[in-house]
Amino acid sequence: MTLPKVIRGRAWKFGANIDTDQIIPAKYAIYSLDEKELGKHAMEGVPGKEGWSAGVAQGDILVAGSNFGCGSSREIAPVAIRGAGIALVIADSYARIFFRNAINMGYPILQSPQAAEGVDEGDELEVDLEEGIVRNFTKGDEYRSEAFPKFMNELLHMGGLVPWVRKRLEERRRVATARG
Amino acid sequence: MGMTMTEKILARGAGRDSVRPGDLVLAKVDFAMGHDLTIPPAGKIMREQMGAEKIWDPERVAVTQDHFQPAKDAASATLGRLTREFSRDMGIKWYFEVGQGGICHTVLPENGLVLPGELVVGADSHSCTYGALNNFATGIGSTDLACVFALGELWFRVPETLKFVYHNRLKEWVEAKDLILYVIGQIGVDGARSKAMEHTGEALRHIDMEARLTMTNMAIEAGAKNGIMEFDEVTRQYLDGRAKRAYTPVSSDPDAEYEKVFEFDAEKVELGVARPMSPDNYSPLSEVAGTKLDQVFIGSCTNSRITDLRRAAAVLDGHKVAPGVRLIITPSSHQVAIQAEKEGLIGIFLASGAAWTTATCGACLGGHMGVLGEGEVCLSTTNRNFPGRMGHPKALVYLSNPAVAAASAVTGVITHPKEVLNKMPAGIA
Repeated sequence: MTLPKVIRGRAWKFGANIDTDQIIPAKYAIYSLDEKELGKHAMEGVPGKEGWSAGVAQGDILVAGSNFGCGSSREIAPVAIRGAGIALVIADSYARIFFRNAINMGYPILQSPQAAEGVDEGDELEVDLEEGIVRNFTKGDEYRSEAFPKFMNELLHMGGLVPWVRKRLEERRRVATARG
Repeated sequence: MGMTMTEKILARGAGRDSVRPGDLVLAKVDFAMGHDLTIPPAGKIMREQMGAEKIWDPERVAVTQDHFQPAKDAASATLGRLTREFSRDMGIKWYFEVGQGGICHTVLPENGLVLPGELVVGADSHSCTYGALNNFATGIGSTDLACVFALGELWFRVPETLKFVYHNRLKEWVEAKDLILYVIGQIGVDGARSKAMEHTGEALRHIDMEARLTMTNMAIEAGAKNGIMEFDEVTRQYLDGRAKRAYTPVSSDPDAEYEKVFEFDAEKVELGVARPMSPDNYSPLSEVAGTKLDQVFIGSCTNSRITDLRRAAAVLDGHKVAPGVRLIITPSSHQVAIQAEKEGLIGIFLASGAAWTTATCGACLGGHMGVLGEGEVCLSTTNRNFPGRMGHPKALVYLSNPAVAAASAVTGVITHPKEVLNKMPAGIA
């Protein structure tokens, strides 16, 4: 699975320090292996956002403030957001485990304080993932995102840690076979 | 230029002479941990997606059944079964069954499985706890854990290090929990985002290993990658007779570079709480005293080891839980429960009217055995109080140390322990 070059969608806006218990309350961890079920409950723990995922159209974009995804290490946080139909997350900044998990899943995220500041709920956005540019059609604005380190970018574009590990395992097997 | 402890451990893991903050490294892992919520996805990803058949070193992996176990419902029973089967199939040496282990972050240190100088990862955010034992320990996701299982290595961004120096000693009644809540209150829940928190200073030399574990446990509540402490006599004594492998302590070089140095006078830190709904919402106890409570919870990887239970029992001895309040006490491990039984603490708890449970994460993450309803107010010795953490999003959670929690259970409102007990007995303080 490789990343699309351009993503277009409507923005859903969230504030700062949205933690994993708000993204997907722990009680739904029983659905750890069921992305669609998790998706139904995404962001449900954010006060006032009960039933949020029912309104999401496939391909929409989630825009949040700083330290998005703080709290637990649960990988079901980005899984639930993806399961809800969100194609891309843009935040002012990320808590580190959420950030790792998204990259490892090959799930596109962008860090853009400009977009987090400028975008309002419902704005129509077009995001060029290769250039890291966010265009806001509703407002006629354009925002830059911060470049990730090369290795993280490679992981993201090759589809995450799974294909990367597969490749390394194959290399190891080849070396082991060559040594007899 | 010298290196910090964190940099040295990552450099060794990466097979390099040195690393700098910002470097991305591929490093060998010394020990890995997962539990009933994170092993099922990690096992599935490792076997079905990565195509690995076995784990790199079954002797360097621990698995606990702690989050939703003993199974709280049929779906959790499935997660427990998948965790059990994976551990058996992979020959994992340190598998802890229900009733024989407890919360991962208590079980690993008490069994001497995470050691000085090591690079430790756990598929749980509070894996930073182990850093009190002078290692680099950090929380990772399930895909990360699958990668470690398959390869024995993982990618890391070398963090900048923030140094926290604690001068003087903590005052009477003030515990490590109060100190770390105060620090998080000062720097915020993203104050150490993706960075290392290196704790040092005189105050730490006078607190025991369990109190130190409480401090590193909460590094993640400031957004940190890891929390780490120096190796000293307290560390050595804690590990004597426990350590399962030889180890090499690590220390920061005198010319190591820190992004920032914070200095605190520990003597000035007051007994405090984190108010709802964020761990950085610190407030001196005096400002919230009298707040009416529905539930008091003493538990979790943060504050439910034997020393915590001793302090709670010293306060509760001879007292009753106030009408209208329920006190739930969950030891953090089976060994802690055995010790509590030997010391007569369980009898004190039961006589006071507390509910005493098996060792589990339980109420801390709103799992089971103490989930909060709408509008309820809870004082808890746990680590985070974001909306919905312990149940309903409109429940209000205050975080405190165990003595404050016990005293507040007796009065039914947030209370200073000296109002229930004149002085913490010698050897317990």
